[in-house]
Amino acid sequence: MIDALQYEFVRNALIAGLLASIACGVIGVYVVVNRIVFISGGIAHASFGGIGLGYFLGINPILGAVLFSLASALGIGVLSKRTKLAEDIAIGVLWAIGMALGIIFIGLTPGYAPDLFSYLFGDILLVSHSDIIMMLILDVVIVSAVSLLYKEFLALSFDEEFGTVVGIPAERLYYLLLCLIALSVVVLIKVVGVILVIALLTIPAATSRQFTHNLKKMMLLSVLFGVICAVGGLWLSYELDLASGATIVLVSGVLFLVSLAFSRLRRRRRQGV
Amino acid sequence: MTGKIIELEDVWVHYDGMPILEGINLSLNQNDFLGIIGPNGGGKTTLLKVILGLVKPSRGKVLVLGHIPGESRKLLGYVPQYSLFDHDFPISVWEVVLMGRSGQAGLFRRYSKEDKEKALQALEMVEMLDYKERQIGKLSGGEQQRVFIARALTTEPMLLLLDEPTASIDTPMQAGFYELLERLKQRMAIILVSHDIGAVSVCVDKIACLNHRLFYHNSREISAEDIEAAYQCPVELIAHGVPHRVLKEHPRDRSL
Repeated sequence: MIDALQYEFVRNALIAGLLASIACGVIGVYVVVNRIVFISGGIAHASFGGIGLGYFLGINPILGAVLFSLASALGIGVLSKRTKLAEDIAIGVLWAIGMALGIIFIGLTPGYAPDLFSYLFGDILLVSHSDIIMMLILDVVIVSAVSLLYKEFLALSFDEEFGTVVGIPAERLYYLLLCLIALSVVVLIKVVGVILVIALLTIPAATSRQFTHNLKKMMLLSVLFGVICAVGGLWLSYELDLASGATIVLVSGVLFLVSLAFSRLRRRRRQGV
Repeated sequence: MTGKIIELEDVWVHYDGMPILEGINLSLNQNDFLGIIGPNGGGKTTLLKVILGLVKPSRGKVLVLGHIPGESRKLLGYVPQYSLFDHDFPISVWEVVLMGRSGQAGLFRRYSKEDKEKALQALEMVEMLDYKERQIGKLSGGEQQRVFIARALTTEPMLLLLDEPTASIDTPMQAGFYELLERLKQRMAIILVSHDIGAVSVCVDKIACLNHRLFYHNSREISAEDIEAAYQCPVELIAHGVPHRVLKEHPRDRSL
């Protein structure tokens, strides 16, 4: 693996893994503690419509994904907060419409759609220099929004109604949080693809949840676990010649199961004493 | 301003066309301690939310500290129903209490020294300072309830609203809880809402019955007729007389 570092695409892949870990570590914690894993899944899948639109218009599909993931985030948020529609229905509808639009747009685009698989399943080795710059910008947006609004997001996540009572604009901040999830989805698409994004938004945060009761520490630990999974998965996929995105997800899955077993063991030992 | 803490005149609230509150008239003076009892689904929580400005009445006039509800929210302390939050949430007692100051601190800002001082005072007031660093879910129901009261006290409210505060507290802890309320009522007006007649009658000054309509005589007395009208069935007044031989002097016999 070390000699592989001489290749630019391997270096890019490592940088992309780090940038993805930051987004999924910070935002994944909110996804997990707010129990909005399936909202995130809906946003991720709906963004495929934007990728199709990108192909159809001949622009960078990632720009289309930004558009669609933001629109679906706001759509799910407004539908579930402002109407009596059940949240899971809003998710199901937008999830499916986004995917269907993507398929139609790609069908309408003349010729073959290159890299389509890398958007669906991710290919960290195909990350370009411009992708990295975009991921970096989105990471900066995500991290600065969270550090500026940390106490508000904490209040909102723990007790939204009380937040409203003490004067936090809870509803607008909830929409903002969904938009930050949408941006994280975009950061993660190149790494694991639309279909597996939900894994990186959930698993590192759920793993870190086993070790701490502090939200900030949970974020730092999630970023760390994300990096371990990205680098470990990349290395395994390189050595064993497996799909990189899926390998990264499986490594994080294994890490989660180990952490779960570890924390159960620790709890049992503590009760035994 | 009339000096009244709250004034409600002919307030109606409808959900999906169904009336939840019907023609509520209620006023509260400074340092009043009002207990409201009534069956579940009778509109108790809705009434608190009207006062907080979280629910807009379909008819009627509401004044809270002389303002329309919502504008005076920062002068209210709210202790929501216990069951409504995630008990496994990764948050410490200290972070929960500080949350009460998040409106005062303002968007994008960190908590100031003053915010932290107020939070410390509130924790001290409910005697939970030693539990500051603990995770909220690791405390007992009664201890959690004290933390939520501390959170509501951080804004130094003129009116404290408690929604079913005794539901989570086991009986031996209740005496201590009423002592806390006795101390708090020196400083602010309190509305305590509960379906548990015994809980309400222990330390309130005034009592009302709510089941869509409000039965209230601006006094501590409540007639059997009122309770029957509110519950729509005869209710045994087992709470009668209880208030003055309260739990705290009760010898605990542990005949297990």
